[in-house]
Amino acid sequence: MKTISRVFSFYYDGFKNLKVGKSLWKIVIIKLLVIFVVLNYFVYDKNLNTEYKTIKEKQDFIFTNLTKGK
Amino acid sequence: MDASLIDYSRAQFALTAIYHFLFVPLTLGLSFIIAIMETIYVKTNKPKYKKMTKFWMGLFAINFAIGVATGIIMEFEFGTNWANYSWFVGDIFGAPLAIEGILAFFLESTFFAVMFFGWNKVSKGFHLLSTWLVAIGSNLSALWILIANGWMQYPVGMKFNIDTVRNEMSNFADVALSPVAISKFLHTVGSGYVISSLFVIGISAWYLLKGRNIAFAKSSMLIGATFGLIVSIFLFITGDESAHQVALKQPVKLAAMEGLYEGKTQAGIVAFGILNDKKNVDNDENTYLFNLEIPYALSILGYRDSFAYVPGLKDLVYGNEKYNIESAEDKIKKGKIALEAFKDYKKFKNQNKIEESNNSKFLFETYEDYFGYGYLDNPKDILPPIGLTFYSFHIMVSFCMWFILLFMVILFLLLKKDITTQRFWLYASLYSIPLGYIAAEAGWIVAEVGRQPWAIQDLMPVGIAATNISSTNVQITFWLFAFLFTALLIAEIKIMTKQIKIGPNGGH
Repeated sequence: MKTISRVFSFYYDGFKNLKVGKSLWKIVIIKLLVIFVVLNYFVYDKNLNTEYKTIKEKQDFIFTNLTKGK
Repeated sequence: MDASLIDYSRAQFALTAIYHFLFVPLTLGLSFIIAIMETIYVKTNKPKYKKMTKFWMGLFAINFAIGVATGIIMEFEFGTNWANYSWFVGDIFGAPLAIEGILAFFLESTFFAVMFFGWNKVSKGFHLLSTWLVAIGSNLSALWILIANGWMQYPVGMKFNIDTVRNEMSNFADVALSPVAISKFLHTVGSGYVISSLFVIGISAWYLLKGRNIAFAKSSMLIGATFGLIVSIFLFITGDESAHQVALKQPVKLAAMEGLYEGKTQAGIVAFGILNDKKNVDNDENTYLFNLEIPYALSILGYRDSFAYVPGLKDLVYGNEKYNIESAEDKIKKGKIALEAFKDYKKFKNQNKIEESNNSKFLFETYEDYFGYGYLDNPKDILPPIGLTFYSFHIMVSFCMWFILLFMVILFLLLKKDITTQRFWLYASLYSIPLGYIAAEAGWIVAEVGRQPWAIQDLMPVGIAATNISSTNVQITFWLFAFLFTALLIAEIKIMTKQIKIGPNGGH
């Protein structure tokens, strides 16, 4: 418990005493929100794992892409 | 597939990679420079070195915070825009990236907190250890990413599984210790070290030009220039090895880097040249409008033999029996046999025709090494953009020479003269900061544009690697990323400039 408390106060004091760091953290949080929420869920929401559930479906999709028109 | 979709997908990935790599080099090198500064502080116990460490650490933190996670976007792009590629090589390509995430990034991030928040809270020794571990963690991240990239340039240690349509790793050591990957890693991190050294001497020079923090700036400059001279020579040596590997594994890229259309023995390196844009592999126009050549140097660089034959673009497209160079046309024919056998295997297997499917598999395996060529239609499709590759290579090399000279002169002036009066060299140091970034990005262009048309050398052309998604979506996200990254870059420059103006006596 004492260790957890020390770790907590280590980070708490660190963040509390930041000067430029506060602006940086705002940028980091906005950036992470854009990357992991906007891009992840709204832009890059489709990939092989979301579109095809089984390995066979994925293999067939890729096989078709690699061989069609050739 | 729509050509504009492929172009936009490529442009989007290039944009993401180029912007991401604006943040990475400073993390790679400045982490070591501050570790060296802190080591001097711990050894000497002089407060000025602590102040120096804390100041540069503050700038490192700004760069780290703004750049962190920008690389994740490339992983999203692999999944959506490059699904064929991701499946085809995911078993190999994914492993180094996963190790990077689990091991290196967490090592770096964990000790970053101790390094930044831990002054006066942990022992001096533990703080110093944390600073070194951040530096090592940053560079380990780069190692795994460049192993993945090196594999794309020289795919080894895998076996294609015709049933799963996937390359599967057969030998981890071959992938991780590939000579292309190792030389690429050393050369790329070397470029980061040089950029960081230029950053330190450039900002120190600015203080000297302004007549501020003179002692601090001189001490920082001494450490930056010493580190810079060592690593710029290291960069030159690793560049030589990197080009040697290119000659052995990607001869088309080497010929494009030098604008070498006609193969020759005792081939020279073009020290300076302007390409004739009327020149192509089918005509006899002069290659250069003007060029200065260093005799024998390309044969030595490529094959460690001043009399070695260096194949030109014509040899590589049309073949050269004398030097046993296979034509692209023959490779394409073999590739089409492999591709046809691949299709037949699946067809016969689905029809339960065991003997026919086994025959097709045998035929595929016979010509498997040429598989990627089956997607090309014209022998000249193997050529990358020559001008872009040539000029990028020469910009990179010229700047590297300049950096070596700059570090030598700065060290001489610091040790033997009063550098504060040498305004030309102080301005040269300041204005060389962007040159470092330009050289590094030019290096990336050589590596990535120079291997076109391949996403994976000889195995998968870029057009086949891309996913057939809406071109409009890719265009929209291209501009979205351009905006996002430009905003981040502006934020970084503004915050960093403000902090530099405050100087080493300000806080973080």
